[in-house]
Amino acid sequence: MPLWWPLLVASLLFAIGVYGVLVRRNAVLVLMGVELMLNAVNINFVAFDAQLRDVLHGGQTFALFIIVIAAAEIGLALAIVLLVFRTHGHIEVDDLRELADRDVGDLDKLDHPGERLDHPGRVS
Amino acid sequence: MTPSTGSGTGWVEAVFLLLSLVALGSALLVVTASNMVHAALWLVVTLGSVAGIYLVLAAEFVAWVQVLIYVGAVVVLLLFALMLTRAPTGRQDDLDARRALPAAAVAVLVAALLGATVVAGFHDVRIDLDDAVVGSAETTGTTVFTMWVLPFEVLSVLLLAALVGAIVLSRLRTDGET
Repeated sequence: MPLWWPLLVASLLFAIGVYGVLVRRNAVLVLMGVELMLNAVNINFVAFDAQLRDVLHGGQTFALFIIVIAAAEIGLALAIVLLVFRTHGHIEVDDLRELADRDVGDLDKLDHPGERLDHPGRVS
Repeated sequence: MTPSTGSGTGWVEAVFLLLSLVALGSALLVVTASNMVHAALWLVVTLGSVAGIYLVLAAEFVAWVQVLIYVGAVVVLLLFALMLTRAPTGRQDDLDARRALPAAAVAVLVAALLGATVVAGFHDVRIDLDDAVVGSAETTGTTVFTMWVLPFEVLSVLLLAALVGAIVLSRLRTDGET
């Protein structure tokens, strides 16, 4: 099969993941977009491994390592997501603006970020 | 589609195209579904088809690891997160921000750029899968534990660090004490 078939599939999958990361508001759904992008990269590695006939199987090994890194990333990210949910009551990434640039007058509101529950969070 | 000259490779390409269509369609549903649980379940379909693509590309062990880790563990973790954050299981109309159009424009640009690049760069290169060495558990294990031992060990330390970090994060108290 032509090499560009899996590469094109990987490009499209990556673009779909980019769309998901950009458009979703829920942090868990953003993470799903990241997973799609990581899988697209893995398809590239495996395709080039098959095309180059790598005797060391560098592409497949790298794909395995990326799967492990993705597992570590999803574990840490979900811990962060659960912490955000406990402190804010929601995981809408658009409303998490504690680290945004803001006026000096608003800085005193940041002393107790755990108490900032005045967001219109949807706890249902 | 160019007819293959190798013996009996026509069905390989057909299977690959089918798996690609399933993967791309379900990936689109992952990012557009208005029901969060449905999005997670469509992710299972996408990751499973990607595992099938690995199988077609002679990466057998990677495919089974994909099924075990991604379909088995990662999706379960995502579903756990959805449950623990009390995500509504019904339909929601506000899952997407009001920037769907620019996001879609960026995604189309990314797809056009990457796709045009790979097609222009590799349009005359073919993968010969007829007598490819299948990346079975034995082959992959031999290469990992002979050539790639150091990255493997570094990766295991990274995994340990991520595990400790996740435990520390989930033990944080919001009232100041740790």
